Amino acid sequence: MQASEIAARSRRRGRTPPTDISDPQYFHKVVDCQWACPTHTPVPEYIRLIAQGRYSAAYMLNWESNVFPGILGRVCDRPCEPACRRGRIQVGDEGNAKDPSKKNAEPVAICRLKRVAADYKGEIDSFLPEIPTQKNGKRVALIGGGPASLAVARDLMPLGYDITLFERDPVPGGLMRTNIPSFRLPASVLDEEVGRILDFGVEARFGAEIRSLKKLLGEGYDAIFVGTGAPKGKDLELPGRKEAAANIHIGIDWLTSVAFGHVEKIGRRVVVIGGGNTAMDCCRTALRLGAESVTVTVRSPRKVMKASDWEIKDALHEGIPILDNHAPKSFVVKDGKLVGMTFEKMVQTGVDAKGRPKLEASGEIVTIDCDDVLMAIGQENAFPWIERDIGMTFNEWGQPAVDRRTFMSSIPGVFFGGDAAWGPENIIWAVSHGHQAAISIDAYCHGRSLVDRPKPGHTLVSQKMGIHEWSYSNNYDPQKRQAVPHATLEASLKNLKLEVELGFDDRIAAREVERCLNCDVQTVFTDNLCIECDACMDICPVDCINFTENDDEADLRQELRVPALNMSQSLYVSGPLKTGRIMAKDEDVCLHCGLCAERCPTGAWDMQKFAYAEAQAASACLSHHNAYLG
Amino acid sequence: MSYIAKPSAHHPALPRNALGLTRRDYEGSMSTLCAGCGHDSITAAIIEACYEMDLPAHRIAKISGIGCSSKAPTYFLSRSHGFNSVHGRMPSVTTGANMANRDLVYIGVSGDGDTASIGLGQFCHAVRRKLNMTYIVMNNGCYGLTKGQFSATNDKNSPSKKGEANPFDAIDLCQMAIQLGAGFVARSFSGDKRQLLPLIQAAISYKGFAFIDVISPCVTFNNHPASTKSYEYVRMHNMASENKLDYVEPKEEITTDYDEGTSTSVELHDGSHLMLFKVGEGHDPRDSDAAIHTIRTNAAKGTIVTGLLYVNENQQDLHDVLGTDERPLNGIAMSELCPGSKALEAINARLR
Repeated sequence: MQASEIAARSRRRGRTPPTDISDPQYFHKVVDCQWACPTHTPVPEYIRLIAQGRYSAAYMLNWESNVFPGILGRVCDRPCEPACRRGRIQVGDEGNAKDPSKKNAEPVAICRLKRVAADYKGEIDSFLPEIPTQKNGKRVALIGGGPASLAVARDLMPLGYDITLFERDPVPGGLMRTNIPSFRLPASVLDEEVGRILDFGVEARFGAEIRSLKKLLGEGYDAIFVGTGAPKGKDLELPGRKEAAANIHIGIDWLTSVAFGHVEKIGRRVVVIGGGNTAMDCCRTALRLGAESVTVTVRSPRKVMKASDWEIKDALHEGIPILDNHAPKSFVVKDGKLVGMTFEKMVQTGVDAKGRPKLEASGEIVTIDCDDVLMAIGQENAFPWIERDIGMTFNEWGQPAVDRRTFMSSIPGVFFGGDAAWGPENIIWAVSHGHQAAISIDAYCHGRSLVDRPKPGHTLVSQKMGIHEWSYSNNYDPQKRQAVPHATLEASLKNLKLEVELGFDDRIAAREVERCLNCDVQTVFTDNLCIECDACMDICPVDCINFTENDDEADLRQELRVPALNMSQSLYVSGPLKTGRIMAKDEDVCLHCGLCAERCPTGAWDMQKFAYAEAQAASACLSHHNAYLG
Repeated sequence: MSYIAKPSAHHPALPRNALGLTRRDYEGSMSTLCAGCGHDSITAAIIEACYEMDLPAHRIAKISGIGCSSKAPTYFLSRSHGFNSVHGRMPSVTTGANMANRDLVYIGVSGDGDTASIGLGQFCHAVRRKLNMTYIVMNNGCYGLTKGQFSATNDKNSPSKKGEANPFDAIDLCQMAIQLGAGFVARSFSGDKRQLLPLIQAAISYKGFAFIDVISPCVTFNNHPASTKSYEYVRMHNMASENKLDYVEPKEEITTDYDEGTSTSVELHDGSHLMLFKVGEGHDPRDSDAAIHTIRTNAAKGTIVTGLLYVNENQQDLHDVLGTDERPLNGIAMSELCPGSKALEAINARLR
């Protein structure tokens, strides 16, 4: 103990109350991936199933949570991966090429493992819920055939609902079909997972665009779900826009036309404006339609681009330059035809209060010659088909007011979800909305309260098999993240439909699964068994465990062996021990290796698997979850 | 023991010392001792001490005898010199090594059996020779490797796990060390790192014979509540002579305000200090008679005095006494070490 510490200890100390581990959300939060997933998919559990070669079971656990494992295993936004604890664990002393401070800390390839479950699964039809032939007499209309509506249908069909789905396009899938190119998501995968739900007996009406909510309300449905997405691409009113209209396209509309085969070629030189995933899909599609040069321009700096890292990497890999700090100024028109675009270069002058870069025009004008421009600068939901005189409340941005908890609008019985509810998100959020809306619709149709939400299921079970044996692979594997094999660039660029990512094979998957830290196997501490021998503190490879005087949390975090500065991670605090001290564990970088429990002579530490499953409308959709909950 | 190796990953914000090393760099192999063994805790304190003192591991020699305690050096400082010697012979091997190379830091690790029984003679002579070393006894009062028979330090009447009382008086190694002339004598408890860590740091800084008797419960054979070497008993009966300790490195300034009369500063040979804070009735650690008196009167009451018991700030070590060369033998040229047959003949001729 240093002199300064002695002085610090002489002041009055505060107190952090013991952690309430009976609250399921405490351990749920420790499972970073599951906590970050909008549908709370039990990631470590399905990774263990993959490790055991039980691909069908892994698939079903996913299917029950997120409905579209094959689709999401390719194109999910993966909020789980930046959250993954493995991304905070350094491997060796080498620096990461991208960020030297990160030292090879990379998350588990969760998304790609999900695809492994989908690619390698066997027959699963026998695991699907039974659909009652005797219907419950309630009729529900779903507007839009995207992930949100399909999730509602999946959850309600096993309960005997009579469901009608209205889709304006000739095929189902919504943006998954129209806006995601098939070189990222093959139609066969989409057909399989969407078809599985429609085959439950959904009455799907394709090419049936709903043009009046008033009219639909008059058709006697017990509930209506609006899952129409965010189908309106933003436009840029710049000089030359009208004159060059023939060669200026709204990104998502253009992608839809390509998906349906209405557009099969594009000009020689293409400029894509925008820095999101749609821009990445546009530029890569343009390349496959025969463009000789494709350039992406973004107004802001590269590091704040909205597109996912891996999508940016794939575009760069295909040789597409991404020019950042380029603000579009005008379309250059010659003889009534688009010949180029001008941009003004921006310079960053600092950051604003929210940490975003502050940009200023530099005055430097750049012209890029081009034959076509694709605009991928954002999209929004639009409701021209909802009459303003039918009692629906709209907010100041012209969006219907939707309750965040119940997903119901101001018209009782009309529910919203997916991008239609609060603007563009992603597929996994749409599925999550679908689950919640289905719970509300079921409650609404049966006259139950929409506010009393069903509680999640959770269990906590010891994984001890012997003195040094655990029922999970507790050894830490220092292996780096496995790379996914790609089809050759040459073949990819010639074929619009050829899937670029080939997915992990079983051998790569077998290596990647071992990188998972099993964060759902919790370190559970029983304070009255502890004899304060320090064995756990001494053995902990990442210095999470501390025995110390209690203090208020802010001070306690500073006083630990390694200060707990990641405020998004919890401190696990025990009640007072025999000497009056407490045990304080920083959950941040715990490897869940179980050494604390192995070194504990009294069993005060135990490794216990925390299983957690969100409630859904139909328990028939949770049979694998029920087995997982034990 | 555990089947898996301690994971190589460490906390991304783990601090580094002046040598650029983390605490993890001072570790050894995975311990094969029982879960909760006090010895592992002492091991952790040695690792922490060497890390905090910025000691280069290759300038440290760790030497031990036989027993659970003597296995421990495998579990710390894997980059240091090591010698796992014969039962009770750690002091002789250390003496030899120290005579040959006075520049290394010597950490001797022994147990109560290794020191108080088979190696008692060795121990006595290392003390009286004032060998410059840190001698740590991991004292659990029993023979853990052979199913927990009483050792010579187990207190009289302290029962075995099955309830049989010990009929013999215990050897108090601290009293013996003071009587035999050790310059630095401390007692501590493996369950109190806050006290143990500064004591180990001060012992390493001390030039001369530094002895620390660390009560280290044997969780398997001698940790029942009635045993005087159990976690529970020691925590209940620990009378820290100087309740708080602080080791201040040579480069560090003593900045904290210490109230007059409540603290003593002991200066060590390398310019570092051990600050002692009196709580209750303490004794002057420079007074060896008072130290022995304090240990004895407390032992009679069943309390264990821990902390720095005795220190002689002006002790000369064995090299000083013998007037040996300042340089280690490996720094002296062969021609100087071995003057040759002519010189030998000349000496022999003088003796004829």
